[in-house]
Amino acid sequence: MARFVVRRIGSAILVMFATSVLTFLIFQAIPSGDPAFRLAGKYSTPAQVESIRREWGFDKPIYVQYVKTMEKIFDGSVISYTQQLNVDQTVIHDLPATLSVTIGGAVIWLLVSVLFGVLSAIRAGRYLDRVLTVLAFIGLSMPAFFLGDIALYYLGYKAKIFPLGDYVPLTQNPGAWFSHLLLPWMTLAVLYIGIYSRILRSSLLDTLGEDYVRTARAKGISERRVLIRHALRNSMIPLISLWGLDFASLLGGGTILIEEVFNINGVGKYVGDSIGRLDVPPILVITVFAAFAVVALSAIVDILYAALDPRIRLSS
Amino acid sequence: MGPYQIAWRRLRRNRVALAFGLLFVGIVVLCLLAPVYASDIAHTTPSANHETETVRIGSKTVDVVSLTGLPIGPTWHGRFFLGADAEGRDVAVRLLYGGRNSLEIGAVATLITIIFGLLAGIVAGYFRGFTDGVISRVLEVIWAYPVIVFGAAVGVIVNVGGLNLGFVKLTGGTLLVPAIIIGIVYIPYVARPVRGKVLSVRGLDFVDAARQQGLGHMRIMVGEILPNVTTLAIVMIPLQLAQSILLEAALSFLGAGVQPPSPSWGTMIGDGTRLIPGAIHLTLVPGTMLVLCVLGINIFGDGVRDALDPRAKLRIEP
Repeated sequence: MARFVVRRIGSAILVMFATSVLTFLIFQAIPSGDPAFRLAGKYSTPAQVESIRREWGFDKPIYVQYVKTMEKIFDGSVISYTQQLNVDQTVIHDLPATLSVTIGGAVIWLLVSVLFGVLSAIRAGRYLDRVLTVLAFIGLSMPAFFLGDIALYYLGYKAKIFPLGDYVPLTQNPGAWFSHLLLPWMTLAVLYIGIYSRILRSSLLDTLGEDYVRTARAKGISERRVLIRHALRNSMIPLISLWGLDFASLLGGGTILIEEVFNINGVGKYVGDSIGRLDVPPILVITVFAAFAVVALSAIVDILYAALDPRIRLSS
Repeated sequence: MGPYQIAWRRLRRNRVALAFGLLFVGIVVLCLLAPVYASDIAHTTPSANHETETVRIGSKTVDVVSLTGLPIGPTWHGRFFLGADAEGRDVAVRLLYGGRNSLEIGAVATLITIIFGLLAGIVAGYFRGFTDGVISRVLEVIWAYPVIVFGAAVGVIVNVGGLNLGFVKLTGGTLLVPAIIIGIVYIPYVARPVRGKVLSVRGLDFVDAARQQGLGHMRIMVGEILPNVTTLAIVMIPLQLAQSILLEAALSFLGAGVQPPSPSWGTMIGDGTRLIPGAIHLTLVPGTMLVLCVLGINIFGDGVRDALDPRAKLRIEP
């Protein structure tokens, strides 16, 4: 196990290094034109561009530029020149909102998917299964921003059931935090429930045909206990590993669309707004952070996975 | 009867899949007829501005865009059939032209993903060792980015200053930019399963037989390996098409995809969002079209998968 953990962490560090190089290439080295000017933004003066060039080392060889860029990202001295705000501080300030959206949404979609997946599997081919399948397909084909827009319009503006967007910090008012986040959570959940409940359904149907399930039934254990204790436990493994990856990619800015629609001041909205302003430094920093978050969390998921299932750590 | 004939027979019996496939084809045909609709029925162009004009509905005359800046909703008649947008442009005309852009980008992106995904997957799986290591690591790096963040980042960079990759030069504003970005982002999602399949096939007897006949690597990869991953690639085409169209919409919604004044379903929803709650039709019309189109592709694609590989692990069949 220790060998597996060391190897997995080692490869994660390598991939992180590679993503940092690729991000650097995409942002600074490959595009034509002056990188200092790109960072400075549309309304910069030549003096500003000149000082950025010196600060980021664009007058030096390319490997120095790379090192300087990473130094600036990780010592927290990158500034959005368009807004005159420190990027890392803004990200840290915005992170709680993004965490709130992601965690709440992820919990809801996992619970509902398990419920729907189990119902679909035990009623496979019957009426309920078909209805859930249709719903799964619609969720699968929904763009997040469209679903958010119409949910906000019909449930928020027309029916007045939910508040119209915005984010209230948990520490300020827990009740308002919850009520403001409920609709974004449900919107996020709908997008994932489709695919998750389908995966669980097929994995559960496979497991229910296994010998050990038959043995459990033959021992006279109640059907409910067989389903929950024996079958569901094993069928959940692929679901949980996928869940970890999706969670990481949402945390790394995948919530852009949800945060834009519901006007939640999180990391995603920060990226989205920066895209609108063509403000490059925040996008550069968050792209690096996002890739790092995904790589780190997928390594953690793999390690947990291996701890649960010995076959994995032995085979790789 | 060959395997594809059997699959075709199975698909023909799947009426739900065929109906949704037809829905998608219908949308494509409608979008291709956009110029006809624009000139003969709506009498306008996708970017023509009618902000200061009026339109007759029954016996009343109504401003296309009211004094408060709100555009009219659907008239259900030739002109402004689905209403106007804030700049007094015909929504129905823009919907069809935008659909052409969305579908075109989706198709080109899918083509790029499938071709390069197959290429990377086959080469990596066939040669293994060092080649595989390099290709797999590169794919892993692309895989590490949240799709939308990577797409948006590259989109913005290209729009700011163009991108020069030596062999391709991209300048901002063309439809090719979002298509190429989306195509590249999804390559690992195709290459990984293809590589896995190639690894399981390359050790089989017929590959050894081909090698002992003195066939070169190229001939073996094209003649022996490729036919064994074709099914996998066909199954992935509709899936990728749906994903690409959704990603294009998301990027355009954020302003990192199709650039104005060119319409696409994503940019139209983005423009419409700013006019909620006054003019919900601006969001509802392109959004519904987008969902119907993607739903059609997804359900038809599931039918195709079902027909080609009835014992597939994950099926979403009704």
